[in-house]
Amino acid sequence: MPVAKAVRNREFDMQQTSPSFADYDLPDARGHFGAYGGIFVAETLIHALDELAGAYDKFRRDPEFIAELDDEFAHFVGRPSPIYHARRWSQVLGGAQIYFKREDLNHTGAHKINNTIGQAMLARRMGKPRVIAETGAGQHGVAAATVAARYGMECVVYMGAEDIRRQAANVYRMKLLGASVSSVESGSRTLKDALNEAMRDWATHVADTFYIIGTVAGPHPYPMMVRDFQSIIGRECIEQMPAMVGRQPDYVIACVGGGSNAMGIFHPYIGHSEVRLVGVEAAGDGIATGRHAASLSAGRPGVLHGNRTYLLQNQDGQIIETHSISAGLDYPGVGPEHAWLKDAGRATYESATDAEALEAFHTCCRLEGIIPALESSHALAYAARLARDLPRDKVVLVNLSGRGDKDMATVAERAQQGV
Amino acid sequence: MSVSRIESTFARLRENGRKALIPYVTAGDPDVESTLAVMNAMVVAGADIIELGVPFSDPMADGPVIQRAGERALRNGVGLADVLAIVRRFRSLNQDTALVLMGYANPIEAMGRERFIEVAAAAGADGIIVVDYPPEESVEFAAAVRAAGMDLIFLLAPTSTAARIAQVARMASGYIYYVSLAGVTGAGHLDLDDVLMHLAAIRAHTAIPVGVGFGIRDGATARSICSIADAAIIGSRIIQEIEAEPAQAALRVGRFLTEVRRAMDTTGEGAS
Repeated sequence: MPVAKAVRNREFDMQQTSPSFADYDLPDARGHFGAYGGIFVAETLIHALDELAGAYDKFRRDPEFIAELDDEFAHFVGRPSPIYHARRWSQVLGGAQIYFKREDLNHTGAHKINNTIGQAMLARRMGKPRVIAETGAGQHGVAAATVAARYGMECVVYMGAEDIRRQAANVYRMKLLGASVSSVESGSRTLKDALNEAMRDWATHVADTFYIIGTVAGPHPYPMMVRDFQSIIGRECIEQMPAMVGRQPDYVIACVGGGSNAMGIFHPYIGHSEVRLVGVEAAGDGIATGRHAASLSAGRPGVLHGNRTYLLQNQDGQIIETHSISAGLDYPGVGPEHAWLKDAGRATYESATDAEALEAFHTCCRLEGIIPALESSHALAYAARLARDLPRDKVVLVNLSGRGDKDMATVAERAQQGV
Repeated sequence: MSVSRIESTFARLRENGRKALIPYVTAGDPDVESTLAVMNAMVVAGADIIELGVPFSDPMADGPVIQRAGERALRNGVGLADVLAIVRRFRSLNQDTALVLMGYANPIEAMGRERFIEVAAAAGADGIIVVDYPPEESVEFAAAVRAAGMDLIFLLAPTSTAARIAQVARMASGYIYYVSLAGVTGAGHLDLDDVLMHLAAIRAHTAIPVGVGFGIRDGATARSICSIADAAIIGSRIIQEIEAEPAQAALRVGRFLTEVRRAMDTTGEGAS
């Protein structure tokens, strides 16, 4: 099976590369991507992170672990996810051909499950009967609750009080799956505070608890480990694109909040220098308004949630509140590997506003018969902007990271306001 | 560099057969003037070293009590520059009580590490605790702090391995802050035998004083801890006094610490 082979040949893939990034092998042993990443946590968590890094290092090479992960991907998640040619939209734009990597077709409706399966398998092997997770919109919480049910583990999901109010349907899904949802009342009562609270829980219950982080952020080994589990997306694309169009795409585009779906599709392409990588951040009401979540475009490097990366912060180094129509991009930091890719010039980072994402959302619904997640709609908005001005023989691959069923209430509310 | 204020404080206490009382307060909670009044009340009650908390929006290692204190301070707009101004004002009136700044990495990095060290040393700070700077991420920072005549104080936890203790011992100065419980500030209760075992492990690697924090809430627990440790560190319990009656913060903290100090001193050495 091609996917299984791609997983086993992970290291081999890195050899089919161009000169400049051919030997890309970050992070280093302590989790550094150049000046970014690392381990910035209180002493109470150091032992737990060492233990996790050791276990991950062992099992990532274990044929039995890899075979089980492939099997779960195939039979529980529904991989490989297809690639789809958005013919009508491409035609209307009159430029490059747009393709979607259909992560929206995964079980639970997004890419998040690729990572929660991998971490839950690790938790079982480490003998941890209890898993915890943070969530913003609830997609990672649902994916964590799903695998906890699948493996018979206790699951607690931390979610900001404000997000619980906004995402009632996902809260109910998590409860149906047997998880308990813990309301976080501190700070701005959103995703970043949920992450703080999950870290506090982990520090307190470190002996029996595994913390499933949902994105490529946090202290080492999380950014690397989450990227590795999500890299199945890009490895599949590398096999699927030649079969579909005879070559690799000219552009690979993905939305970036914490950045896990983007890292998943980017990472296998880093060595393919002919492929341009573009991350799309949430510009909210517009970057000039200050109401956005574009950490790479408008932030400064600093330390938050266990790693050094670009952050949205004020002059005093306090983390500021972010805004995006998509709760999944509403995060003031970004994975440290994206910070490195930006500085190294290997990926570029653009942004799309709430209004642009909504327009792309509606266009995708009407022209392609696919309701995309609002997060993914940011990538679609930029892809449409880009494709319009490119020749027709160019190929733009967009990671359609999730489906939009969860966003019905948000979109309907906006429609009432006449947006 | 001459002997640091923290070092001489512990030396003096040792000569007198006493242990150090180290209270914590978040700067700017409920406001800057109250913080200065609370610090002075701490001195009068017998504090040897004061840990002054720098408010941060995302205090990952703190429990709800200290989180709330930080949120109140941030609502007052108190940032690192204001905290350093408090240090300067306190030091202009008091040359004896050691002062340690405690907080998270990002406000320091936003100011610039070199500039922070320079300003903190000039203001009269004696030590720095950066909760989310573990030793391997702070080799250069530690050297710069020491070069400026201050101590960089590290934390150790019940989960710290022998190798980890040895690593911290090589870099630590001033004192080591032993976190007596897995978890966050303000949590749980103390297991004295467990603390004793870990202190022995730490002392096998270093001769510098070890203070114990997390779980000390009254004279009795402070007295027990000081029968085995070099210092009792008290944080959340003090914030609770401030929270209970912000207008009387200094009075209440002074009263509470006077009682703790008396309990610590009346036992004599080695008693428990």
